[in-house]
Amino acid sequence: MAIIAPDSLNKIKGTNAAPEKTRGKRSRRLQDNLTGYAFLAGAVFCFALFSWFPMIRGIVMSFQRTRRGVTTWVGWDNYIRIVHDPSFWTAWKNTFYFTVLALIVGYAVPFFVAILLNEFRHAKGYLRVLVYLPVMLPPASALFLFKYYAYDPSEAGLFNAVLKFLHLPTSEWMQSPGMTIPAMVIASTWMNMGGAVLIYLAALQNIPGELYEAAELDGAGIWRRITNVTIPQTRLILALLAMLQIVATMQLFIEPLILANGAGTQDSATSVAYLIYQHGFFQNDLNGAAALGVIMLIVLAAFSAVYVRLTTKKD
Amino acid sequence: METRTLISHAQLRRGRGRVIYWAVLTVVVLGFTLVFLGPLYWMVTGAFKSGLEIAQTPPTLWPKDPQTQNYVDAWNNLALAKLMFNTFYYAAGAVFFQLVFDTAAAYALSKLRPMFGNLILGLMLATLMIPAMVLIVPQYVTAIDLPFVHVSLLDSPWAIWLPLVANAFNIFLLKRFFDSIPEDLISAAMVDGASPLRILWSIILPMSRPILGVVSIFAVTYVWKDFLWPKLVMPSPETRTLSVGIYAFAGGTPQNIVVAASVIAAIPTVVIFLIFQRNIMSGLTTGSLKG
Repeated sequence: MAIIAPDSLNKIKGTNAAPEKTRGKRSRRLQDNLTGYAFLAGAVFCFALFSWFPMIRGIVMSFQRTRRGVTTWVGWDNYIRIVHDPSFWTAWKNTFYFTVLALIVGYAVPFFVAILLNEFRHAKGYLRVLVYLPVMLPPASALFLFKYYAYDPSEAGLFNAVLKFLHLPTSEWMQSPGMTIPAMVIASTWMNMGGAVLIYLAALQNIPGELYEAAELDGAGIWRRITNVTIPQTRLILALLAMLQIVATMQLFIEPLILANGAGTQDSATSVAYLIYQHGFFQNDLNGAAALGVIMLIVLAAFSAVYVRLTTKKD
Repeated sequence: METRTLISHAQLRRGRGRVIYWAVLTVVVLGFTLVFLGPLYWMVTGAFKSGLEIAQTPPTLWPKDPQTQNYVDAWNNLALAKLMFNTFYYAAGAVFFQLVFDTAAAYALSKLRPMFGNLILGLMLATLMIPAMVLIVPQYVTAIDLPFVHVSLLDSPWAIWLPLVANAFNIFLLKRFFDSIPEDLISAAMVDGASPLRILWSIILPMSRPILGVVSIFAVTYVWKDFLWPKLVMPSPETRTLSVGIYAFAGGTPQNIVVAASVIAAIPTVVIFLIFQRNIMSGLTTGSLKG
């Protein structure tokens, strides 16, 4: 049930193992290699140009400064400048807050939705289509819906109308700094949870039924069966999706851009990715943006390393 | 016989279990319809309301005086026909180049296995770990001034097509599918004197239709949903995609018109989903699960 099956990587090994004896065979082998490279060339070219080279270039750029077409090495200047940006710490604070909140809401909810759907014998296809439907909307479309209709701060807005109908206090949503991030979490979870639900559903279907049978015979109730059978059996995929989700939510960008016009009320929506965008494309500071990109990469890599360490230790 | 899940079927089929099952099912079906279809209903009908009606409290459930003019205005004022054509053109190219280059690469890595093939595959898979936001600046700098040739790809569809070929997930998906095609078939064809290209075209590709379908659908939806990259590399109004075009107009356009445009922009992906939902869902789960 591993996402990237390691055995499929190993299968390639051993093809070059036997040393060819005759000259003819060797030139044949060379020709086979060349054919292989010819088939690989297009993809390798694109990877080199738009993935491998930019990765290195990003790091190089973060130590340079280009002014009026002249590039010079400036050491840590870009990093110092970006850290002293008045929004730097706010952006990290907002991004972490969003990530944690999205993890609590957007991670637990799909799992329990999947457990629930897996129990149903009816309307399963319909419910699955419903949950995945928002994933297919262009995010810009869905966010304009939230911005103009759902998060309207007056009582004409959808959410406020529902809250008022239920006699609950209404909110100013994006106009109140305290609600900005939770409102973005709601929109983001609605847009994105479908994928996680479907992946969990597939994982749940792989759990052998005998395990539940045995647990029930031992007198385990529904909750005990979830904690003792369902969660351990899906632990790998749960751990993996948690990590993927954190890496994705740390790159929070389009939600603040559209819902909060970028920074939001009192900088309450500024995210790290938005700061990269601001520096790179509005403040004419591509080098500073590259430096912030490198900082983000290091934070995510450190987090992933700790996370992998923690989750694999239990084995 | 159905597989046993958390709660046994026998328990859900009789007496109290049966009542609870149907009660929960009804609540969930109604709740999900409200949560996931409700906002879409609100969006489509809201865009039919007049500016006055949308600001009214409490909001009306059904537009009193449906303004089809909102949708017409959205279509004309935002030049949606042009934006939709652009997006479709980029999506079609993305499908084409991904299918050509990614299947060729996956075929090479799976069946031809040149020297250092696994190293190349490893380097490709490693890019899955790099967050997109980290690469956005150096990718942009590369696109505006290609190394060695010093050509700018701004406003050129290549700026969208080429980066999308560098899709490690596709290559992984395709390679794993090709791995499952028996080696005997290929050696038999080789004995008959078929060239590698011929083998790919006449044996591998016909057997891989489902996975090629999945890759194509994902490419279309990806281009349709993408925002930041097309916003950066397609700065002219004539080359914009739907999402970027709507965003660019949002500031100076009445809210209802923006939402009407958003509805129109969402129709193609929703239709694709309703037609291909089975392929999309199975592609999503087979891609990530099962080893």
